Amino acid sequence: MKVAEVILGGLTRLGASVTGGIARLGFAARFFVAIIRLSGTTFSRPQLLLREIYQAGVLSLIIILMSGLFIGMVLALQGYETLVRFGATESMGMLVALSLVRELGPVVAGLLFASRAGSAMTAEIGLMKTTEQLAAMEVMAVDPIARVVAPRFWGGVISLPLLAALFSTLGIYGGYLVGVRLIGIDSGAYWGQMAAAVDWQHDILNGVIKSVVFAVAISLIAVFEGYDANPTAEGVSAATTRTVVTSALAILALDFVLTVLMFRGGGG
Amino acid sequence: MLSMTLDSVSSTTPAAPVTPRDPLITTACETLVELKNVSFGYTKARQILSGINLVVPRGKLVAVMGGSGCGKTTILRLLCGQIRATSGDVLVNGQSVAAMDHEQMYAHRRKLGMLFQFGALFTDQTVFENVAFPMREHTELPEEIIHDLVLMKLNAVGLRGAAKLTPSELSGGMARRVALARTIALDPQIALYDEPFAGLDPISLSVVGQLIRRLNDALGMTSILVTHDIAESLKIVDYIYFVSEGKVVAHGDVDSIKASTDPFVRQFVDGQPDGPVRFHYHAKALAEDFA
Repeated sequence: MKVAEVILGGLTRLGASVTGGIARLGFAARFFVAIIRLSGTTFSRPQLLLREIYQAGVLSLIIILMSGLFIGMVLALQGYETLVRFGATESMGMLVALSLVRELGPVVAGLLFASRAGSAMTAEIGLMKTTEQLAAMEVMAVDPIARVVAPRFWGGVISLPLLAALFSTLGIYGGYLVGVRLIGIDSGAYWGQMAAAVDWQHDILNGVIKSVVFAVAISLIAVFEGYDANPTAEGVSAATTRTVVTSALAILALDFVLTVLMFRGGGG
Repeated sequence: MLSMTLDSVSSTTPAAPVTPRDPLITTACETLVELKNVSFGYTKARQILSGINLVVPRGKLVAVMGGSGCGKTTILRLLCGQIRATSGDVLVNGQSVAAMDHEQMYAHRRKLGMLFQFGALFTDQTVFENVAFPMREHTELPEEIIHDLVLMKLNAVGLRGAAKLTPSELSGGMARRVALARTIALDPQIALYDEPFAGLDPISLSVVGQLIRRLNDALGMTSILVTHDIAESLKIVDYIYFVSEGKVVAHGDVDSIKASTDPFVRQFVDGQPDGPVRFHYHAKALAEDFA
């Protein structure tokens, strides 16, 4: 009898958790549609959008640029160790550029963006909810999705692809510093191999598409978690954590799916 | 004309004590807000309001009083359309709030001004921008006019000099007054005040109380004041409703409340610890918990 009760209790909790999860997913989908529908204010009042691009993009520059530079430098060092065994050190430019443009740029920039800007978006919106600022807006007949959520969402969507591009650029420069300046690989070989191997559409455009998809995912998760946060200190803290964890998992899962779609069958 | 009105409002010279204009709510007054047998609960098990009836005539300042958690703020949230009654009807200008569609609801809210218990000022904006917010959102006024209007509103609450400060630089009383200026920014038809006196020092409390009365009269508003500060309310309001456990348990004008022998009213007015209002939340017998 007791065992049956425990099993039943467990199944009930599992069922509640599954249905709760599905309901939340449905709410997130409706929330996304509402953001798109109410985005007019964001674009008709550019100062709202510029503020969010500053908050999400400009204030993330330091961490993105420094990370890009160091990752490019490490990539060059590690790449040299491998390439030198095959006598192919001239290919270092190609290795660094393709790794960054195709993969590391969008993914690492996305992870850093989720940690720096995504968590800040969630915390800000969550605290606005906790301190009744969103309720005050509603009572003033101003839709908080149009006025608060949509500008932050679009600020994130615009900022991340630009940050990812800067990340890759600084990474390539970091690779140049280590490969050419420190190790002594020929500068012409470094840039020449890179120019020959990197394809505009197959590599750069696909990298940009990846970063745009990640930007939509991270920004949506961040604003949704903030808007849906429990209006308590603990609730905002939990929402901020969920933003970082869910965004990281979403980036990695989406990266796999996009890589399969973009690069299957080889080429490039 | 507007500035003259606001100048008279802003006069904080202690002046004569504020007295309600009309001591009685009569049926001759036009009803602006009405709650008809309204019930509301977040769950079926816990009802916040149970068949409440309440009338607010146009131009009056009406207080809704009661202990913490009795459902006072819920009444304001019903009026704003933030929540919908589970039964009964909330009528504003004869129109049911529950029946309003999205457009009607926003049109309805544009006629409201609400002062939240903790101000709910936008922390990323200055005092000036907070008061300008509803004007910028709902009017096409040029920035120079908005500038003058905001300073007039801030002058009315005595904080013109604090226009450039941010909410984090304000004391609790100042923040409440800025929120009050924002509440009246668009000269609303109905002003809703949620615990405007909570946590204020006696001077700020008196200033805010007098401002609420003066603004109501000068701007021709109708005001609903949710509070448990009986002393200040008796100085400024026209009519009082006492709410307990989701029901109106007593109501009347200031004189009749002062003279009332109703045990609930007496307990509230005199601050008696014992009476119809229980201090302890519903619980098992003490012996059961400590056995």
